[in-house]
Amino acid sequence: MDDKKANNKNVTGLMIDEEKKKGIFYFFYYVGRLLWKDKTGLVGLLIFLSVIISAVFSPYLAPYDPLKQNLKISKTPPVWYKNGSIHHIFGTDDLGRDILSRIIYGSRVSLTVGFFGVLIASSLGMIIGLVSGYVGGKLDSVIMGAVNLILALPYLVFVVFIAAILGRSLLNVILIFGFTDIPIFVRVTRGEVMQMREEGFIEAAQSVGATTSRILFKHIIPNLIGPIVTLATFEMSAMIFYESGLGFLGLSVPPSVPSWGNMLSVGRQYITIYPWIAAYPGLAIVYTGLGINLLGDWLRDVLDPRLRRAKK
Amino acid sequence: MKRYIISRLLQAIALVIGVLFIVFIMLHLTGDPASLMVSRNASPEDIEKIRHEFGFDKPIIVQFANFLKGAFIGDFGMSLRYRQPAMKLIIERLPATIQLATAALLFSLIIGIPIGLLGGSNPNTGLDLVARTTGLIGQTIPSFWLALMLIVVFAVKLRWFPTFGRETVKLLGINFPTKSIVLPAFALSLFTTGQLARFTRSSVLEIKNEDYIRTAYSKGLPRRIIYVRHILKNAAIPIISIVGVQFSYLLSGSIYIETIFSWPGLGQLLAEAVFTRDFGLVQATAFFTSVVVVVLHLLTDIAYGLADPRIKYR
Repeated sequence: MDDKKANNKNVTGLMIDEEKKKGIFYFFYYVGRLLWKDKTGLVGLLIFLSVIISAVFSPYLAPYDPLKQNLKISKTPPVWYKNGSIHHIFGTDDLGRDILSRIIYGSRVSLTVGFFGVLIASSLGMIIGLVSGYVGGKLDSVIMGAVNLILALPYLVFVVFIAAILGRSLLNVILIFGFTDIPIFVRVTRGEVMQMREEGFIEAAQSVGATTSRILFKHIIPNLIGPIVTLATFEMSAMIFYESGLGFLGLSVPPSVPSWGNMLSVGRQYITIYPWIAAYPGLAIVYTGLGINLLGDWLRDVLDPRLRRAKK
Repeated sequence: MKRYIISRLLQAIALVIGVLFIVFIMLHLTGDPASLMVSRNASPEDIEKIRHEFGFDKPIIVQFANFLKGAFIGDFGMSLRYRQPAMKLIIERLPATIQLATAALLFSLIIGIPIGLLGGSNPNTGLDLVARTTGLIGQTIPSFWLALMLIVVFAVKLRWFPTFGRETVKLLGINFPTKSIVLPAFALSLFTTGQLARFTRSSVLEIKNEDYIRTAYSKGLPRRIIYVRHILKNAAIPIISIVGVQFSYLLSGSIYIETIFSWPGLGQLLAEAVFTRDFGLVQATAFFTSVVVVVLHLLTDIAYGLADPRIKYR
């Protein structure tokens, strides 16, 4: 009986139970059909996939070694300038490194930070949020007090502060974003759990004697997946944004690593004479952000129309 | 209403105390704040000197007590680099940042709200597409990149504005920036413009479908009056809270923009302090901006409470 109640609200609104039984192929067919109906979601997904492909297959896609310097050809303009070179489509930077290759490799840093940052923030945030919402009482007040405190801070100022203290490394950047982003996941998870309590199916399950773990895994977590996935998408885009900002200030990954932020940081010094050094890495950030945001908007509509993102 | 204000005030005070604690802990994240503050090739004697000067050799509880005592009277120690009290430096830099944030907010209000209104009142038209695109652009274009591109186009190519710096004229004893504020303010405003367009649009869309609007139409009220009296007035309420939050974002989010344009405000001070490892100053700046943000949120909540009578009963 308790199962049936849960089904009414089911998982994500994406699949109802009968469709789930038809297996994984039907799932893909179903998602594909939804995407085809809403072209912006499809565009977002394709953009996002192209960035993933660029990150995974960088060595095969990049025309040059992103670290190879050649001062003889430094500051070559892009191909469509009159003294541009066909060999370096987006031109070269101050040390003669190929900008296109560096952009392709740069996607690795952005996606790594975005993916692992969100993984840490969402998993810890979900656990803390579940405890806070399910156990309630004093513990809940303490957790929410801390969450509200952190969300009230000027985010960028503190991220810069921590990054300056911890020093430049990929791991530090991932940890910074992973941990500073926990509160928003706690807040959303807790909010969802609270709402589920009001809807009464948790109480119903308890009254027929379901164990806590059964309630958690059968009733609460499946209903959380929708909002959390949507939030995770937007947070990933935000982290990629902030990572490039830190890189721009010279506080993200070490300067030798090709990343979009580091490239912008170099490009800034030459902006009045050689604007292309900063222009194209910036476009890569815009392109990626656009893709993830379109995908996120689509996911929000499909997975959970109730979720309105309230952040900073 | 009184109870609402008092409870919000108490919350704000609790937040400020929390901020003090976080700002203090931050320097101790790596365990040794003294070695953070010196260059990498400093001698052990130099580190020892700093450790003593800043009191890092005392027990941590004593340090925290001293920190709180100082904070209470607005004393955040000396800046290592400037050899001046940190608070004094911050107060000096504040006007430039407030001017920049205000100019940016004006840009956002003038551009974002009309776009959102037009989009929301004409759903699924070209105007609506413009509003939704503005929202998306605000979220996807990084301000620091936009700033660089604005410099390339409007300062280098067209020469309409200076590439960087803050030029001022003195009026009534206050230094007002000249057109040098346009590019940095516009670059800074982009995100807020997008947010305002987005929220105004959805706010109008939501209210348009309320019963009382249908009633107003069925009474035969002209469209213009319905918009001014019913839709805009109600749509303004959620926008107030967005504006307050966004203004605090503009005040604290100007690190990139002030660095790019050499705008002598708080953001630039913070960036400089980070690079010169002047962590006492970083601490003071972080605390100060946090307090500004908390106060702004408090004022926003109170304004919200005044504008929306429903809040009274919470």
